[in-house]
Amino acid sequence: MKNNVIFKNRYLIARRIVQVTILLLYIAGNIYGWKILQGNLSSSKIFDIIPLADPYAVLQLFAAGSLLATDVLVGAVIILVFYSLVGGRAFCSWVCPINMVTDFANWIRVKTGLHKEEWQLRISRKTRYWILGLSLILSFIIAAPAFEFISPISMLHRGLIFGMGFGWAAVMGVFLFDLFVTKNGWCGHICPLGGFYSLITKPSAIRVKHDAEKCTLCMNCKNICPEKQVLWMIGKESVFVTSGECINCARCIEVCNDDALNFGFRYKPQKEEKENA
Amino acid sequence: MNKKAPVDRERRKFFIRVLQGLGLAALGGSIWGGYISEAKTDEIVLRPPGAVPEEDFVRKCIKCGMCVEACKNRENNPDRTKQTATLRLASPGDHRPKEKGKYIYPKEVALGTPYFVPREIPCYMCEDIPCVPPCPTGALDPDLVSSVKDGKKTLDINKARMGVAVVDMEHCIAYWGLQCDACYRACPLIDEAIKLELRRNPRTGRHAFLLPVVYPDVCTGCGLCEHACVTEKPAIFVLPRELALGRVGKHYIKGWEKKEEQRIKGSKGVQKTITPKSEKPPEEYLNVEDLLDEE
Repeated sequence: MKNNVIFKNRYLIARRIVQVTILLLYIAGNIYGWKILQGNLSSSKIFDIIPLADPYAVLQLFAAGSLLATDVLVGAVIILVFYSLVGGRAFCSWVCPINMVTDFANWIRVKTGLHKEEWQLRISRKTRYWILGLSLILSFIIAAPAFEFISPISMLHRGLIFGMGFGWAAVMGVFLFDLFVTKNGWCGHICPLGGFYSLITKPSAIRVKHDAEKCTLCMNCKNICPEKQVLWMIGKESVFVTSGECINCARCIEVCNDDALNFGFRYKPQKEEKENA
Repeated sequence: MNKKAPVDRERRKFFIRVLQGLGLAALGGSIWGGYISEAKTDEIVLRPPGAVPEEDFVRKCIKCGMCVEACKNRENNPDRTKQTATLRLASPGDHRPKEKGKYIYPKEVALGTPYFVPREIPCYMCEDIPCVPPCPTGALDPDLVSSVKDGKKTLDINKARMGVAVVDMEHCIAYWGLQCDACYRACPLIDEAIKLELRRNPRTGRHAFLLPVVYPDVCTGCGLCEHACVTEKPAIFVLPRELALGRVGKHYIKGWEKKEEQRIKGSKGVQKTITPKSEKPPEEYLNVEDLLDEE
């Protein structure tokens, strides 16, 4: 069973199911008026009661100088608390529709050998934090949410629910950039929403845990990881992946043949004892 | 020269990095900002009922589309499977009319914000206003479409001010003397927002003009009149109030309205210009001076 294709891709399959289900629920919310999920990833409502909102979008609206109604603030706090204390950057790998686009680009890259080192444009992974800061400054200057105007994420998601227009061009841009220019270019280097979640999700509880004793240093995990820098401990220390940049996609867990990587709950009391010992 | 402190390469690198970063940020920022300020919204865009003024609207709207969903799935919508929603979310490149040059259409609308084009689908002025309460950010403000009834705040669509209908008297066939009252009959506030005014038709001498006249203080800008207009390009159409209406300025006061008159209180009055003639009150020089002795 251990080498079964389904078992080897169990998290990938689960992620695709979650991503597509969320998307379909939003679409049904528009077309059939289902009340399960209404709105889109910028702001939505579950069962017509619980508000949700993209905290980064709300931050931009704030920077643009608007006083907002309580609904969207409550929504933003719910999302903020969920990801920062529990889920980590799970938004990026389990919810965001662009993830499917960039994963597809990456898959082609690997299959066709496009991912050779010498064909890569090197961009700093810190770029996203610069863009994040810049978007807030720009929002303030032009008095409108700056990233929301150009975000391929909202363009794709909104497009799938409400009609795409030329929005596919922006999505295509991201796809081509990831395919030909930089590996994991958009999600791992540019996207300020990912950067935002990287910053706020540091304390999150659900984390990948490494067991250095079981590790055989095959480096499968590092090869597949879209944010390699977070796996610095492979083969060295048995610790949790604590970097906020980890997107909890669980690809490393799937490719590990030695059971050296697994999800864990960071704040388990027994774990603290271990640390103290 | 050798005594000089050795160059701190790390430090130098750090400063260069920071400067490079700032330079790139400034470059990217100006392109990005330039693009967005260019992509601002056409001023003829019509927003949903209860929308705060355009400038505020753009910075408050989070582009979630819940107003659009509410509009589409409203109870009185005859056909939910087709494109029957008044409101739509602006998507890139959708700003072109179904028929070119046949009605007013905004060329640019900020991405993802809701708007409507009355000639295609007007606002049907649902009494429960389903589109306003779902707005999470207050870009659509229920207070702007509420009135107080029996001490209770209730939604009142007649308070909506999405725009104002304007009549083109040259191409409105009722102004030619033909009998047409399509807009008048379509108006949900018939005889309040659009009234028919009778006037003698001097061309025939025996017929009457039945002229539609819009009362902007009542008109909500729903666009049902524009939708109903029979001419090829509508002779009655909705424009944003900001665009269509004038402004008299604060110095005009309707002396015959009590509320208006109170505005005078506390005013220091108007400074008068004094000329040799105006030193005396007019009665004096009109009566005393020999005005009639000019012969």
